[in-house]
Amino acid sequence: MDLRPTADQQALQAGTRELLTRRFGRDRLREAVEAPALDRALWRELGAAGFFALRLPEADGGVGLGLPDAVLVFEEAGRALLPGPLVAGQLLAGVVPGVATGERVAGLCDAGRGGECLWEHPGDCDELILLEGGDPGDPCTPCTPRAPRAPRAPCDPGERGDLGGADGSEAAGSEADGLVESGPASGARGRAFWNAPDWPVLEPVRSIDPLTPLARVTSYPRSAPRSLDVPRLRREAALLTAALQLGSAARTVEMAVQHARSREQFGVRIGSFQAVKHLCAEMLIRVEIARSAVYAASLTERSLPVVGAKVLADEAAVRNARDCLQVHGGTGFTWEADVHLHLKRAWCRVEQWQSGGKAEEALAEALLADDVGV
Amino acid sequence: MDLTYAPEEEEFRARLREWLAKTLPDLPARPDPLDWPGRRAYDLGWQRRLYDAGYGAVHWDASPTRRLIFLEETERAGAPYVGANFVGLLHAGPTIAAEGTDEQRARWLPPVVRGDEVWCQGFSEPEAGSDLAALRTRAVRDGDDYVVTGQKVWTSHAEIADWCELLVRTDPEAHRHRGISWLAMPMDAPGITVRPLRTLVGPAEFAEVFLDEVRVPVANRVGAEHDGWRVTMVTLSFERGTAFVGEVVACRRTLGGLARAARANGRWDDPVLRRRLGRLNAEFTALWRLIQRNVGAARDAGGVPDAGGSVFKLRYSQVRQELYDAAAEVLGPCGALDADQQWTADRLSSLSYTIAAGTSQIQRDIIAERILGLPKGR
Repeated sequence: MDLRPTADQQALQAGTRELLTRRFGRDRLREAVEAPALDRALWRELGAAGFFALRLPEADGGVGLGLPDAVLVFEEAGRALLPGPLVAGQLLAGVVPGVATGERVAGLCDAGRGGECLWEHPGDCDELILLEGGDPGDPCTPCTPRAPRAPRAPCDPGERGDLGGADGSEAAGSEADGLVESGPASGARGRAFWNAPDWPVLEPVRSIDPLTPLARVTSYPRSAPRSLDVPRLRREAALLTAALQLGSAARTVEMAVQHARSREQFGVRIGSFQAVKHLCAEMLIRVEIARSAVYAASLTERSLPVVGAKVLADEAAVRNARDCLQVHGGTGFTWEADVHLHLKRAWCRVEQWQSGGKAEEALAEALLADDVGV
Repeated sequence: MDLTYAPEEEEFRARLREWLAKTLPDLPARPDPLDWPGRRAYDLGWQRRLYDAGYGAVHWDASPTRRLIFLEETERAGAPYVGANFVGLLHAGPTIAAEGTDEQRARWLPPVVRGDEVWCQGFSEPEAGSDLAALRTRAVRDGDDYVVTGQKVWTSHAEIADWCELLVRTDPEAHRHRGISWLAMPMDAPGITVRPLRTLVGPAEFAEVFLDEVRVPVANRVGAEHDGWRVTMVTLSFERGTAFVGEVVACRRTLGGLARAARANGRWDDPVLRRRLGRLNAEFTALWRLIQRNVGAARDAGGVPDAGGSVFKLRYSQVRQELYDAAAEVLGPCGALDADQQWTADRLSSLSYTIAAGTSQIQRDIIAERILGLPKGR
């Protein structure tokens, strides 16, 4: 029993940091802020480095590593504010051809939340998979993916389902091909639909985060169901998003500490004031609590620990970015400083996969059933 | 990263579990909290049983992982808490083991492990709390003795202790950290007056200790003369590292009980309360994982927990208070204001957690200066 990364895992993390520092340093980050279109060359380079194929078997050209390793790599990506549909890339590498190598870019959308389906980097994706139902908070029956099937041709407009009206469009989910559970819509097992980028109806959104272009999906065809393990995709998406939050939270502590150690006021470095150093100490505590939860959840791969990890990592990323801003004073409020990029990205990720309220409800519900202790 | 325990550790756990299941039903009834001699006998009796079963020195000679398993399993089984043996097993004992001479180890450690002697702690003083190095209790050499005069405060179990681990100033001229020595003071020496202090919970849980020309043999000094500050730091890191493991297990169980109580009395219908409980679930689960991470670090550092203990202690003390605030909400006004409810007493005692063993403010200083490298200053 040891929750700390092994020597190999530390090397993996250091290698990722080195690659990202070299290929996506501060200059490149600031260029991306002004021109947020995905850097396809960088994406292919990430693919070549095994970023997306990390967990595919070596026989299939992957790296053969596991979820804990992916979490460590994603922590680094979050630290560097690396833009792009990273979670989708990691989760769909074995599903959508070309994603593992970075040749093609896939998007993954959470469509199970009424009319609030947001798609990140809509202009950059070659494919889009939409998930309905199968939340980690839903009563979950273990399910195994059935044989994958090639996506079918786009449906005619008559089959186009309205978001939030999942029940009414159940028939369009096509029991005929046996991919969708009959009975109540969505449910524990969930459903996945394949869409080409021009199939969904979109509403433009001017994203708060300059590094995360967004569109709102208002409707999409449900004619091309994919046999995917939706609860697992959701669980892993939430965990990898939490890992990104963790990396961002750890980076904003460093930024705050760096500033507090160099900035002088009243003739001394501001980090010598308890009012400032205690803010920094609380930031570190949030990181270490979130890190403990995220690392452990990557090992258990059960949904509740993932939900808890996401809640704590969300809090760490958002509150650390805000405290970092506070430590920086007026400088922190400028466009030029990187603090706002961490905060805005953290806000985007809070909205992805597990929202605070629903996650907390799931964690509360578990208390009723469980008397085993931690 | 690995959450699985080695086969020999699982075997250790299984044997312990079996022993606890066999032993706990035969324990005598717990004594009244106001019955000090009864509490002493009960706590020492429990330690004696641990000793007879081979677990007496588990805090010292077992690996950090086994120590964790021990604390987890004893709490889960509802075994007695370390109680009056706290200072002997978790403060003074480890310090003597690390810093004492062979003779000193032979004199003081076996009685602690066997459950024969109780220790208390004489560190804080009225003018030396968070600023422990400001302590003023004087020890003046007189032949083979130190003559000790001064006052200690917040001394738990002083009424029933055989020994006190005492910090004294042996060189008033030296820089404040450099003139301190660590002594083992027999509590039956002439000149010691113990005055119990009532806590805000109600009963007297700790005491003031007045020292008036108490003679302590020089041979009772552990570590070099004037080197007591360094010796003490060893003790404090033990305290922050392992003292709360069982409590986290207990808190998680309390939280489950709270959820079921809320379900039974209808307060579960309040989504704000449910969400609070759900968040606490995430917090305590994460704290448990942080303990497991710290155990790995302690193993590498030769068993002494590092500053990660401060991170844990700070968050744990906050979350424990939040737990009992949530409990008050579950109980409603009649329950929350009823001093006879165990919840209420636990809520009151949770107030000490952000103060005892280093206040939250001191822990933040430690984290900021020792881990983050921020400049010293107040």
